[in-house]
Amino acid sequence: MAKTFTQEFVKGLWEEIPPFRLVLGLCPVLGVTTTMENGIGMGLATTFVLLCSNILVASLRNIIPPKVRIACFIIIIATFGIVVELLMQAYTYPLFLKLGVFIPLIVVNCIVLGRAEAFAYKNGILPSIADGLGIGIGFTLSLAALGGLREIIGPGTFYGASVFGPSFEPFTFMVQAPGAFVGLGLMLCIMNLAGSK
Amino acid sequence: MNELVKMVVVLTVLSAFSGGLLAGLKNGTAAQIENQQLKFVKGPAIKSILEGASNDPIVDRFKVTDGDVERSFFVGKFDGKAKTLAFEGFGKGYGGEVGLMVGVNIETDEIIGVSVTTHSETPGLGAQAKDKPDFVSQFKGFSIMDPVSVTTDGGKVNAMSGATITSRAVCVAATQAGEAYEKLKPQLAEKLKAFNE
Repeated sequence: MAKTFTQEFVKGLWEEIPPFRLVLGLCPVLGVTTTMENGIGMGLATTFVLLCSNILVASLRNIIPPKVRIACFIIIIATFGIVVELLMQAYTYPLFLKLGVFIPLIVVNCIVLGRAEAFAYKNGILPSIADGLGIGIGFTLSLAALGGLREIIGPGTFYGASVFGPSFEPFTFMVQAPGAFVGLGLMLCIMNLAGSK
Repeated sequence: MNELVKMVVVLTVLSAFSGGLLAGLKNGTAAQIENQQLKFVKGPAIKSILEGASNDPIVDRFKVTDGDVERSFFVGKFDGKAKTLAFEGFGKGYGGEVGLMVGVNIETDEIIGVSVTTHSETPGLGAQAKDKPDFVSQFKGFSIMDPVSVTTDGGKVNAMSGATITSRAVCVAATQAGEAYEKLKPQLAEKLKAFNE
């Protein structure tokens, strides 16, 4: 309990940044990072679910019986997952169309369940908010970075604007799933190199 | 025994609360979601096809049952006469169903324009069917009664480079729309009379 709010928040940004350090929740990481906009949208949706589920799990942690805790977590996470899906359909429909099936899949994102089990169930509300926000924003930044990389090399645009001009031939490989693996691997490699010094 | 009761109670209360919240939210957002779908998916497609119509095709719509599916038809008035209809057909693409809004002149059975509505094709490749007008503009002037196919399959449509499957899907969607139109034409003509009075 020695860690402060800021420390819990900051750890999600580098020390435990989800897709790279924890290597969790790879399904949306590989699936939706075709553009930077999609990456940010998916990251924010996940952050919302993570934050809400962390708060609720932390505040109910003395009521939830240990034997059925996973079932309770799943109910809480699924509820917020559907809340996000409905709200996105109602207010940001174009983004919902692009992210499609990955929004309901937030429910089975290991990061969300992982944080509920490993952190929120053992800590108070305030640290859980910090943890949820930190991990969520770290996840958003990772998705945005990977999405940006793939968008620039793939269709040759950056946040929708053309980078290389009309003569650029789209690099199909980066748009598709294998490109996501290679991009993720390279970024992980760079982060490990930077961290090993 | 005490623990068993607690588990059951906690899970029941949590599920009931979650169900209630989601049901309320779904009811609350239903109208907004339908508006968004009309505005972002079908609206722009219909407007681009029925450009210059003197009425609002989104308001002047009717439904006809075709087998077990209900199809929406959007009416466009030109020169004071309701003689054009826009409706949707679907074809299987690279990443799922591709929806195509087809505008037809009911007097000549000629396609006056098509536009892609829903799709999950690869960004930068198949997705260009929606983003770039060059491909879909080829459909203009075809008879809706004839099947449409790409040149490699012996048809008249030039496929988009790198996106043959999507190109085929759009052709299938147009053909499917044509089949429905052919079958429903007597009913459609009847319905259109109401808009001419």
